[in-house]
Amino acid sequence: MAESSMRIETPILKDDFASAGEASSKVKKTLTMLGVNPKHIKRISVAMYEAEINAFIHGGGGMAYTEIFPDHVDILIEDHGKGIADLNLAMQEGYSTASDEVRMMGFGAGMGLPNMKRNSDDMVIVSSPGKGTRVKMRFNIE
Amino acid sequence: MINDRDQKSLAEKQRLQAEEDMFHSVRLDRERCIGCTNCIKTCPTQAIRVRNGKAVIISERCIDCGECIRTCTHNAKKAVTDSLDQIHDYMYTVALPAPALYSQYRTARTRNQILTALKKIGFDDVFEVAEGAEAVSNATRQYLKENHNIDGPVISTACPAIVKLVQVKFPSLIDNLLPLQAPVEVAAGMAREKAVKETGLDPDKIGVFFISPCAAKMHTKYAPLRGKKSDIDAIISVQDAYMPLRSVIKEMKPEEEEDIATASVFGVRWPNPGGESLALGTKKFVSVDGVQDVAEILETVETNEDSKFRGLEFIECLACKGGCLGGPLTVKNVYIAQVIMKDMRSEQNNRYKVAELPEKDIDYHDVLWDRKPVHIPVDKLDPDMTKAFRMISDMEEITGSLPGIDCGACGAPTCAALAEDIVRGKAKLTDCVFKLRERVRTLANEMFELEGVLPPTMGNEVGETDAGEEGTETTYIFRSMQSESDEEGAEEAPVENEAPDDRSADEEEGSESIDNKRFGGLYTGHFAEWHNI
Repeated sequence: MAESSMRIETPILKDDFASAGEASSKVKKTLTMLGVNPKHIKRISVAMYEAEINAFIHGGGGMAYTEIFPDHVDILIEDHGKGIADLNLAMQEGYSTASDEVRMMGFGAGMGLPNMKRNSDDMVIVSSPGKGTRVKMRFNIE
Repeated sequence: MINDRDQKSLAEKQRLQAEEDMFHSVRLDRERCIGCTNCIKTCPTQAIRVRNGKAVIISERCIDCGECIRTCTHNAKKAVTDSLDQIHDYMYTVALPAPALYSQYRTARTRNQILTALKKIGFDDVFEVAEGAEAVSNATRQYLKENHNIDGPVISTACPAIVKLVQVKFPSLIDNLLPLQAPVEVAAGMAREKAVKETGLDPDKIGVFFISPCAAKMHTKYAPLRGKKSDIDAIISVQDAYMPLRSVIKEMKPEEEEDIATASVFGVRWPNPGGESLALGTKKFVSVDGVQDVAEILETVETNEDSKFRGLEFIECLACKGGCLGGPLTVKNVYIAQVIMKDMRSEQNNRYKVAELPEKDIDYHDVLWDRKPVHIPVDKLDPDMTKAFRMISDMEEITGSLPGIDCGACGAPTCAALAEDIVRGKAKLTDCVFKLRERVRTLANEMFELEGVLPPTMGNEVGETDAGEEGTETTYIFRSMQSESDEEGAEEAPVENEAPDDRSADEEEGSESIDNKRFGGLYTGHFAEWHNI
């Protein structure tokens, strides 16, 4: 029997700073309505927020696809931005390519990717300069 | 068998606990409520609906913050508090004034004047809550020094509404809550101990009365996070104590004042926003007042939106704007209260202006919570996730069909909230005034169409009324609803002869009838009017 799931698609709009974080916020609300354990909701929100902000700051906006199953949640965030030049470097805590302007807004601590890895159960990143970035994360919520 | 009994008593205990937790101080005065819907919009947890013309509070969602008390323009929202008459239930009574009380009297010269006045209106002794506050500040410093493996800043918990808010909306931050009893609870324990020592009376002959600016504290009295019941016996609102004290204060001469004030500025400053934090000796804090702002900030902390918050040690959260000075049970406007409080604090007496938080003999382990607050999952739609999926997609569909202007006429705070209520079976789509109108219009159109469809036995020239029997009856009904004006200028519309069993032609004519061509002037007025409602 096919497992039922819920799909949520939200665009991540570029240049719209006021709505940055809306995609992860929407997923968070949905997970709360589904009665998912708060500790899972927290790590999913944190990881998805980081990924969404990355797409916004570095990727020029993109799309967030979430699929919620009774036992796990899959999140795919993709952008067609400049891509990650050196993935190993990017995964280091503290390393950031954020501009000064963005740092002044409170971002660019360089903890995004490490936070995503720490909070998810499985993470795959496909990215290269000029080809954009796709990040897929899985969270077990059983 | 013994196990069975133990199990039962545990279950019974849990049930009583849940009931206690459900105690709410904020209540509705049904007589005064007119169902205006103002309160439903400002409730931070969307806990209010209007049903049958009266506001109704959804118990699980209510956090006792008192926003609705502030918003209600008809004085219909109240906080349950105790009465000064209860003094007579005890052999010996101690008044515990919240420091906010000192900010309410413009004519008071000194703190001692207010404290002495409390004794004059019937209390045997006075014990400042500010003393309890200083004890808690000491305990908090100890707690913060140790690493408790918490992710993010510690959140203040003196405000019971904030604790409830976290339980309902931010359960992942429950571990961040400062697990210490509030100043008034600590002060009540200290006051009772002092009274027992001084009078030799049995502890339960002593009445400890809290004079409070706060609606939520009543909840703490009934459901303290302790293994035993609260040390507070009664809570008197500042509003109820105000008048009895006022005349006494006004008439008191300086020589009548007793020297009973003991707390320093560190304790007295607690009801100001930032007052609690400033006693901690750290700069890494932020103070947020107003429950809507607190909700916004805690949301940020939960999702770690700004890494700056991670570096903070402490977040002071107060449900009332202006801190406890702005509590719903106070008398004075919060800014006037702030000015009065400043004057109170710069009293001549240097004893109160100390540079350091006075050290108190307290170990934080003695004032820890006995149990952890639990998550109250008010948003969960259904324990079966597949069912919940369907409910959510239904909600999206319904929300899409609603006007989205959050007018509140349906009794729900937002269109999305109505959609949720509908999906939960607590409301109907036609509770929405706009959907109701749509439905009426659809029905009206159906009626027009039905009216235009004539049975084969009737001729199709109803306009030709020359006392023809079929036409007359119909005419009479419509005429009785309209004035004489439609009789003038009634033209006879051209009418075509149709074969009776030419169905499709009949139907076409039916729709044309709305254009009034067939019925000429006789029916024009009515139809046009109906069409425009």
